[in-house]
Amino acid sequence: MKREQDYKWRDFERGYVIMEPGTSREYHTGDWRSLRPIFDKERCIKCGVCWVFCPDCAIRFDAEGYAEADLDYCKGCGICARECLPGAITMVDEEG
Amino acid sequence: MGKRVGLEVSFAASEAVKLANVDLIAAYPITPQTHIVERLSEFVNNGELDAEFVPVESEHSAMSVCTGAAAVGARTFTCTSSQGLILMSEIVFCAAAMRLPVFMVLANRSLSNPISIWNDHTDVMSIRDCGWIQYFAENGQDVFDHVLISYRVGEDRGVMLPVIVNMDGFSLSHVIEPVEVEDQETVDRFLPPYKPEVVLDPAHPVTMGAIVLPSCYTETKKAQDEAVKASMPTILKVWQEWGDLTGRYYHPIEEYRTEGAEVLLVTMGGIGETAMWAVDQMREKGRPVGLLKIRLWRPFPFEEFRKAVSKAKILVVVDRAVSYGGPGGPVASELRSALYNEPERPRVVNYIAGLASRDVAPFDFIAMVDKAEETATKGMGPEYEIYGVRE
Repeated sequence: MKREQDYKWRDFERGYVIMEPGTSREYHTGDWRSLRPIFDKERCIKCGVCWVFCPDCAIRFDAEGYAEADLDYCKGCGICARECLPGAITMVDEEG
Repeated sequence: MGKRVGLEVSFAASEAVKLANVDLIAAYPITPQTHIVERLSEFVNNGELDAEFVPVESEHSAMSVCTGAAAVGARTFTCTSSQGLILMSEIVFCAAAMRLPVFMVLANRSLSNPISIWNDHTDVMSIRDCGWIQYFAENGQDVFDHVLISYRVGEDRGVMLPVIVNMDGFSLSHVIEPVEVEDQETVDRFLPPYKPEVVLDPAHPVTMGAIVLPSCYTETKKAQDEAVKASMPTILKVWQEWGDLTGRYYHPIEEYRTEGAEVLLVTMGGIGETAMWAVDQMREKGRPVGLLKIRLWRPFPFEEFRKAVSKAKILVVVDRAVSYGGPGGPVASELRSALYNEPERPRVVNYIAGLASRDVAPFDFIAMVDKAEETATKGMGPEYEIYGVRE
């Protein structure tokens, strides 16, 4: 794929129309994160409250049905940790 | 051949929109544009025009509906004035950047506060840099013609830009003038149906109005700027074609009695016709005074303007908007800027006049010319003056 910085002004479609659908997936907004959610499978009851509250649709479920974060898009806001009923999610420093 | 009839200029605009066979009209009532849309709602209601009429709850929605409809391939119309334009302005900028050829008649009216329903150019100047093609009409015929010309230019595959036709509120919108109304056959020959290359269609999904990162924003703006500049040859070509079809030819800068003129009045919009009277009176007395009327404001016709003023000593620019604490009226400051790098250039004397429909009579233009000649001989005058203000 062409890198953003290689586009010249004549290269775009008229009006900056994006002809290919779903290209926003290529933009990994998880890069902005400073905190990361850690999921404790011992405590997780698979209720899906974190999935409901996540503003970035960055919660998915593993093969056994436990919640986990899609770190490509998780911005580390911490809403899931705050809302988690059994307290299964802890936010940890990304640098740490 | 067109039929010459007496028509309120607002209704002349409505007739032209009907002849353009628009698919969608979305507008919110505001003085003084009301009659245009009222008449169009009657056309839709009585079956004379097969279009969606969307009675939106605000101008912001009006422009949103038009922009969305243009994105699916509809020919649209909206119309507003003053505060309505300000409310819709967010989407006005979007339509241009998305290269959707929506179209608007702007019945120019002052901005609040204090509230004024009367006419000047403070509304349109607030969106000067919106990226639309912008015409200023001078009379009813001009309005009628430029509705049709605008659709043709804006929808041209090489242009694809929205267009504003400015017409002065009340002094144009509410007066009855003789207007030659072209027949449907002539209009159809001139204006093909709107067929954009890319439309919003679930079968072929595309994204319009996406985010762009700082790494590419500059390139998108360069492309937009080049698009507006590149519309000039099409505008000239379409004017030529319209002239060949109807006998009415238009130019970016209209010259009136400029031969041998040392002083040139410069106007934009309806007051140009009054200025013609003033020029006639001054010419009768042997004074070398002419008139330039700016018809095309964006893209700005630099080449034609510089050529038109090349022999003049003084330009008397009559602005109809204020740039508070700035360099003068918006027209004069742009003209000064257009001339700054020229080796020989006329003095630009700027009067702001005709705010909120205050009369600018022939004797006012003569007084401005007198005053400008005096100012110019004294050397540097003020940047601008609000003409006729009571001290």
